[in-house]
Amino acid sequence: MAFHRLSTCAVALGEKGVALNEDTHSEILLHVNGVKHCLSVDNRTTLLDALRERVGHTGTKKGCDHGQCGACTVLCDGRRVVSCLMLAVAAEGAEVTTVEGLGGDGELLPIQQEFVRLDGFQCGYCTSGQICSAVGMLAEYAEGWPSAVTAPGSEPVLDAVEVRERMSGNLCRCGAYPSIVRAVLETAARGEVTG
Amino acid sequence: MREFAYQRVTQVREALTLVAENDGSRYLAGGTNLVDLMKCGVEAPTRLVDVRSLPLGGVREGADGGLVIGATTTNSDVAAHPEVRRRFPALSQAVLAGASGQLRNMATVGGNLLQRTRCAYFADPSQACNKRVPGTGCSAVDGAHHNHAVFGWSRHCVATHPSDMAVALAAFDAVVHYETLDGGGEIPLSEFYPPVGDTPQQETVLPSGALITAVSLPKAALSPWSRYRKVRDRASYAFANVSIAADLGVHDGVVRDVRIALGGVASQPWRARSAEAFLRGGPASFGTVPGGG
Repeated sequence: MAFHRLSTCAVALGEKGVALNEDTHSEILLHVNGVKHCLSVDNRTTLLDALRERVGHTGTKKGCDHGQCGACTVLCDGRRVVSCLMLAVAAEGAEVTTVEGLGGDGELLPIQQEFVRLDGFQCGYCTSGQICSAVGMLAEYAEGWPSAVTAPGSEPVLDAVEVRERMSGNLCRCGAYPSIVRAVLETAARGEVTG
Repeated sequence: MREFAYQRVTQVREALTLVAENDGSRYLAGGTNLVDLMKCGVEAPTRLVDVRSLPLGGVREGADGGLVIGATTTNSDVAAHPEVRRRFPALSQAVLAGASGQLRNMATVGGNLLQRTRCAYFADPSQACNKRVPGTGCSAVDGAHHNHAVFGWSRHCVATHPSDMAVALAAFDAVVHYETLDGGGEIPLSEFYPPVGDTPQQETVLPSGALITAVSLPKAALSPWSRYRKVRDRASYAFANVSIAADLGVHDGVVRDVRIALGGVASQPWRARSAEAFLRGGPASFGTVPGGG
């Protein structure tokens, strides 16, 4: 099987002179937590599976695999996304941050510290997704983004109602929501850089 | 999932040519619906043409003083845009009422318009579905159908269009702009989704192979107080049981103009034109509406 870099491939010229790449596999350069990984992937590979099975970062979890639970949430160029619905080939060129890339040198981010301090989890399966989502969400809030519960014409103020709405893409089957909401609010109150 | 080729494009003509050359080609943007349906076996493209690198993003002022929203603008960026929030608040609200923060960061305006119904029978290839495989019948008619269409349906299909964004766009008389290899065109959103009839597989009137490039909002919003309301099975992150986008222009206590679009009730955003006609020209009071107040 021959592999072709997406950016330079020219496998065959179609009738109208546009390069047609017929390969169902691609060689991609994936940027994960500041490290570049050169991978040969089946185009069907999701970013989630590439992270877990090819890069070896199993902190990102597979829950529903249909974009409904948020367990696979990572940051792409600083924005939270569900990695189960993003193809690995489509993630080439983006800076992907997983839970392994948050904090560093044994230091936890404020959001991670608050999850620990306030018991923002029980079984822990949704936790890495919750934390990546919270990091992305707090950045969105800092940019002034409204949510569905923000009154039109006014600027959002982060309270429990806003946190619940903004974090609704992350399910927790243990039901640790009250502590998750508190952990996010306490983090916001600390006002420290989170990402 | 069926194997497929993947190609990222930077020019609109390149994208149009790739799709025109292969019937199995599909445009890929955020992928939040398409990739999911590929996993379910409902969609089986042989080539994905990734259009996110096309120069079609961003919100700008239109020639008529309205707004032009590029097709690859993410849902998040539309909802947060200051001019959308100020002039078309119902649109910002509608977008924020849909999906989750993660999905809105991925999903684009063009893809939102072209998303497929969330009818459970459509998403399950073991079930009969005239939309998925024309002529096989409709499992939903006799099945679980509490979230299906109440307006404009036919015995061939009772599925609803799931977009919140499109409901607000319908209220604002938005126009969809597209390109084809033979030239560009535009379609009013009110005509974008055809009646179901006996062709539920015909979901839009876009020409074959066309690429949505932008959605424009005419200047003539009636007020800065347009609003979107949505009722669903849970407080957040669920599709609509029913939703409404409404805008009201009042002068001297009289309803000068009014726009009402309903979501979650039909295969297209449903403009309540009879209700609009009833209210237009009447007094702007709660008493206008039977049972209102």
